[in-house]
Amino acid sequence: MVISTGMSAVTEIPERKAELTGETVGNIRSDHPFMVAEDVNVYYGDNHAIQHVSLEIGKKEVIALIGPSGCGKSTFLRCLNRMNDTIETARVTGNITLDGKDIYRKEQDPVALRARVGMVFQKPNPFPKSIYDNVAYGPRIHGLAADRAELDNIVHSSLERAGLINEVKDRLDEPGTSLSGGQQQRLCIARTIAVNPEVILMDEPCSALDPIATARIEDLMDELCEDYAIVIVTHSMQQAARVSKRVAYFHLGLLVEVDETDKIFTNPQHKLTEDYITGRIG
Amino acid sequence: MQSTTLILLLGLMAVTAFYLGRGRSLSLVGGHGHGLALHSLPGYYGYYVAIWVALPALGLLLLWVLIEPRIVVALVVNGLPESYQSLSVGELNLLVNNIQNLAAGDVISVDVDEVLQNAASQFTSYLEKSRQILAVLAVGVAGLAGSFAWRRIHPDLRARNRVERVVRWFLIAASSIAIFTTVGIVLSVLFEAIRFFQEVPVTDFLFGLNWSPQTAIRADQVGSSGSFGAVPLFAGTMLITAIAMVVAVPVGLMTAIYLAEYSSTRIRGIAKPLLEILAGIPTVVYGFFAALTVAPWVRRAGEAVGFEVASESALAAGLVMGIMIIPLVSSLSDDAINAVPSAMRDGALGLGSTRSETMTKVILPAALPGIVGGILLAVSRAIGETMIVVMAAGLAANLTANPFEAVTTVTVQIVTLLVGDQEFDSAKTLAAFALGLMLFVVTLFLNIIGLSVVRKYREQYD
Amino acid sequence: MMNTDRTTRQKVEAGLPRRRRKEFTFKVLGIFATAVGILFLGMFFASLIGEGASAFRQTYLQLDIELSEEILAPDGELDLAYADFDGLVRTALRRELPDVSGRQERRELYRIVSIGASYQVRDLVAGNPDLVGTTQTLWVPASSTVDMLIKGNIDANVDEALRPISNKQIAWVETLREAGRLDTRFNTALFTNGDSREPELAGIKGAVMGSLYMLMVTMVLSFPIGVAAAIYLEEFAPRNRWSDLIEVNINNLAAVPSIVFGLLGLAVFINWAALPRSAPLVGGLVLTLLTLPVIIIASRAAIKAVPPSIREAALGLGASQTQVVFHHVLPLAMPGMLTGAIIGMSRALGESAPLLMIGMVAFIVDVPGSFTDPATALPVQIFLWADSPERAFAERTSAAIIVLLGFLLVMNLAAVILRKRLERKW
Repeated sequence: MVISTGMSAVTEIPERKAELTGETVGNIRSDHPFMVAEDVNVYYGDNHAIQHVSLEIGKKEVIALIGPSGCGKSTFLRCLNRMNDTIETARVTGNITLDGKDIYRKEQDPVALRARVGMVFQKPNPFPKSIYDNVAYGPRIHGLAADRAELDNIVHSSLERAGLINEVKDRLDEPGTSLSGGQQQRLCIARTIAVNPEVILMDEPCSALDPIATARIEDLMDELCEDYAIVIVTHSMQQAARVSKRVAYFHLGLLVEVDETDKIFTNPQHKLTEDYITGRIG
Repeated sequence: MQSTTLILLLGLMAVTAFYLGRGRSLSLVGGHGHGLALHSLPGYYGYYVAIWVALPALGLLLLWVLIEPRIVVALVVNGLPESYQSLSVGELNLLVNNIQNLAAGDVISVDVDEVLQNAASQFTSYLEKSRQILAVLAVGVAGLAGSFAWRRIHPDLRARNRVERVVRWFLIAASSIAIFTTVGIVLSVLFEAIRFFQEVPVTDFLFGLNWSPQTAIRADQVGSSGSFGAVPLFAGTMLITAIAMVVAVPVGLMTAIYLAEYSSTRIRGIAKPLLEILAGIPTVVYGFFAALTVAPWVRRAGEAVGFEVASESALAAGLVMGIMIIPLVSSLSDDAINAVPSAMRDGALGLGSTRSETMTKVILPAALPGIVGGILLAVSRAIGETMIVVMAAGLAANLTANPFEAVTTVTVQIVTLLVGDQEFDSAKTLAAFALGLMLFVVTLFLNIIGLSVVRKYREQYD
Repeated sequence: MMNTDRTTRQKVEAGLPRRRRKEFTFKVLGIFATAVGILFLGMFFASLIGEGASAFRQTYLQLDIELSEEILAPDGELDLAYADFDGLVRTALRRELPDVSGRQERRELYRIVSIGASYQVRDLVAGNPDLVGTTQTLWVPASSTVDMLIKGNIDANVDEALRPISNKQIAWVETLREAGRLDTRFNTALFTNGDSREPELAGIKGAVMGSLYMLMVTMVLSFPIGVAAAIYLEEFAPRNRWSDLIEVNINNLAAVPSIVFGLLGLAVFINWAALPRSAPLVGGLVLTLLTLPVIIIASRAAIKAVPPSIREAALGLGASQTQVVFHHVLPLAMPGMLTGAIIGMSRALGESAPLLMIGMVAFIVDVPGSFTDPATALPVQIFLWADSPERAFAERTSAAIIVLLGFLLVMNLAAVILRKRLERKW
C-alpha cells in the first residue's frame, strides 16, 4: 500500500469537488441503534484528533472503520469503551450512549463499561499466564463464576466460540505466549467474549497475522456478529468488504462518509472516499 | 627534585618533542605544502616522538617510586649499630616507623637518641640522593628514547598506525583496571584472611557463637586467643538487613507503582527528583540522623508502649537504612514495571480490570523477575552498608532476634578492628579481613544473581 | 451465547463496590508510600536546618586587652612560644568584671572565654610586634558553654548542678551583654579553622581541603581512565570472553560495598606500596577505583547515544577507526561523559567508609597543604564530630552536613544543566 499524507492527495485532484467540510455524507443512522455517538471531539493536549463525529452502531452488526493512517479511527474506537481515559492528556467531549445511557456520565464506572464493551488489540497480547488463566481472567475479576465448574464451563465455551478449543484443549496449562500469532489473537478474542460483552471493539485485529490466520479470524467475526455488535478498525478494504455490514470512512479526524458496505464500495458519494477505496490515498 | 616537578618537566619535554617531530617530518618532504608525501599527517609524527619521550620515562618513574622505599629502608637498617640488627621484626618495624616520622619532622612517641637522629638524617639523605638519581635517569631516558624516535622519522614511517596502536593499548589497559581491581580485592582480602585462618580455625570463625576480639591484646596475656565466632555478627547483619527490607521493599514498590500508574505527570515530575535527592544523601548523614534523631525517638516510642529499647537498637539503624534503600528499590521496580509492554496493561484494562487489578494480577507477575533481581541488589547494598550501622548500631556482639536490642554487624566490626592503632600481624586486625572476605563473597553472590536476573528479564521483553 | 446478558451485567455491578474499595485502598497505599520517602526528606531537612543554622553564628566577647610589656617580655625579649597571652586575656576579663574575687570565682570567670582568645592575641602580636605596650579592643570568641547559653540551648531554669554553666557565670554573661560587650556574629572560624577539641574553634577548612585534594586525585585519574575504558568497550572491543569478563566485572564492582574498597586500599596502597597513611593521595586512589565503574557505565551510555550515522559518515570519508572516535564520537559524547563524571565525583565526595580504613579518621588540626599531608575528609569530619558528646559539636555537625549537601547540590545541578544541554543535540 502506498503511504502518503491525506493533504497531498487532496491537492492532486483539484478538478473534483472534494472539500473536507466536517459534514458526513451517506447515512449515519442504524436500523437498531445500540451505541450512539453524537458530536464527539477528542483532544490530545492541543491536538484536535477527532472533530464532531456522530455515528450510530447497530445491534448485532459489524461496522468497519476505515481511512488512512492517523485519520482518527482508532482514537474513535477507544472512545467507545473509554480506553482514552488511561491517557493523561486525552480529553473527550460530546455524547456517547450505550443502550440509551451516556457512557461518560459521572456515575458510570469505566470498569463496568469495559465489561460490556470488550476490546481486541492490534498485536495479540496474551498475558504471561496459562491459556486457561488468560480466558478465566475476565470472569475472575468480575466475579462471573460461582465455582470452579462454572469457570471451567465459561473457559471452554469461550474457547469453543473463538474456534480455538480443538487446538488447545490438551494444553490449557501451557503459557498463552506459546501459541502461534493467529492462535494468540483468537485467544484474545476468547478472553474478550468470556466476559460476555455486548459490543466488541477490534483495533486492526489481523494486521500482525498471516493470510490464513486472518481468514480464520474473519470467519469468526461472521459467527460472532450473531450475538454481538462489532466495531472493527481495519486497513484492508477487502477485509472491510468481507466482514462488515456498514463502513465508516475517516479522514484527518473527520467522519467523511458512512453507508452500507455495498454502497460505499460500488458508489461512494464523497470524492475522498472514492480516492481511498480506489487506492489513490494510501 | 619533587616527583611532581619531574612529571611536569617530562610533560614539557613531550610537548617539545611533538613539535620537533612534526617539524622534522615536514622538513623531510620539503615544507608545509608537501604533507601529502608523508604516510601520515605530520601531527602523528609529532605524537610518535612525544610518546617515545614520555612513556619509557614515566614507566621508570613509577617503578622507582614503588621500589625506592624498600631500598632506602634496607640501607638505613643496614647502617644501624649491631645491637639494633638483632631486633625482632615487629620491633624493627616500629623503629623504622619512628625513623621515618622523625625524618618527616613529626613528633614521635619515644625519646630521640643519637642513633635515631643519625638514622633519620641518613634516611633523608638517602631519599634525596635517590631522587637526584631518578631525575637524571628519567630525563636521560626521555632524551635518548626521543632522539631514537626522532632519527627514525621517515616519510614512509607508518606513524599513524604506530600511534594508534599505543592508543589502543592504553584503552585496553584502562578497561582492564576493572579486572585488576577485582583481582586486587580478592587477593588482598583472601591473603590476609588465610593468615587469619592459620591462627583461628575456619570452623570456629564460621560457626562460633562468641565474638570478643578485644581480649587478644598482647600475645603473653592470659586468654590471649580471644574468640572469633562470627555467628553473632552474621545474625546482627541479617537482623538489621531484614528490618531495612521490611521498610524498603513495600514502600519502594508501592512508590514505583503509584508513580507509574496513578500519579499525574506533574506529581511524578516532583516526586522522582525528590527521591533522587534521598538517594544522593551521603550515608554518613543518614548515620548521624539515625543516631541523633531516630534512635532516641524509637526508644521513647518503645518505652511508651512498655518495651525496653536499647539506645542503639537494631530497629533504629534498620529503619533508617530502609529509608536509604527506598529510592533504589523504587527505581529498580520502576524499570521492571516499565519493561512490561503497555499492550499487557491495555489488554487488562480493556477487559474491565481496575487499575489495581491490572497491576497486581497482570503487570506485577510479569515484572516479578525484574523486581526480585532488584531486591537482591538492595539486600546486597544493605549488607554492605557501613556508616549507618557504625554510627547507630551497637559495638558488642549480641546473638538475638529482638529488634529492640543492640546488635553489631560485620561492617561495624571491620571498622572497629581496623580504626586506630593496629599491628598488622595480630589476629585482631586479620579478623577484619576475614570478615571482609565474607562480606565480599556474599555481596558478590547476590550481585551476580541479581544483575543476571535483571538482565535476562529485560532481554525477555526487548 | 445464551441470553445471559442481564445476569452478567448484574454480577459485574454486584462486584463493583467491593472492587472500588480495593482500588481506593491500593491507591491510598501508593500515596502513603510515596509520601513516606518525601516526608522523611522534609523532616530530615527541617531538623538539619533547625539544628545547624545556629552554628553559622557564634558568640563573641569584646575585651580591652593591654599588651603589657611586663607580661609578654619580662626579660626584655618577646618569645611568642612562651609568652603568657592567656594572662593578658584573664587580666582584661578581670578588669571587665572587677567584682569577681577569690581563686575559685576567678577560675570560673576565666571559663567564659575561649582558649581561642589567647591564640587570637598571639597572632595579632606575631603579625605586628610594635603593638606591644598598647591596649587593643578585640572581639574574642566566648566559650562554647556561653555560646550554647546565648543560643538558648542551655535552659537557665534547670537546677544549677545539672547544667554546665553556673549561676555566677550566667550573671557575668548578663552583665557583659548589658554593657554591649557581648554579641553574636557570623562564625568565620567554622570556615577558616581546622579541627579542634574546643567546639567554638573547630572548623571544616581542613576537611574541605582534604576532600578537595582527594577529589583532584580522583578526577585526574578516574575521568581519563573511565572514558578510555568506555571507548574501548563500546568502539573497539571484540565480543569475546575477555570483554565479557570486563563487562561483568564493571557491573559487579559498581555494587561491591565501599568498605571493601577500603580494605583493598589498606592492603595494597598502604601495606604493600608503602604510601603514607591518612594521605589524600591514597584516599583519592581508593575513590578512583570506587568511582570508575560509575564513570565507565555513564560514559558508555553517552557513547551509545551518538547516532551510528555519524560514525559511518566519517568512516566513509576514509578516517581510521581511532580518528572517528577521537574526532567525532568523543566530542559528541563529552557532555554525557562529564555528567557521569560529576555524578561519580559527588558519590566520591559523600563517601566515608573506605576512608576510615586508610586512616583518614585521625584528629588533625592542621589544614593539609599537599597530597601527602595527613588529612581528613568532609564526611569523615561529620562522623568524628557526630561522635563528640558536647552539645556544641552536634550543632557544628549539622552545619558541616549543610555545607556538604551544598557542595553535592551544586555538583548535581551542574550535571542536570549539562544533561539538558546534551538533550537538544539531535
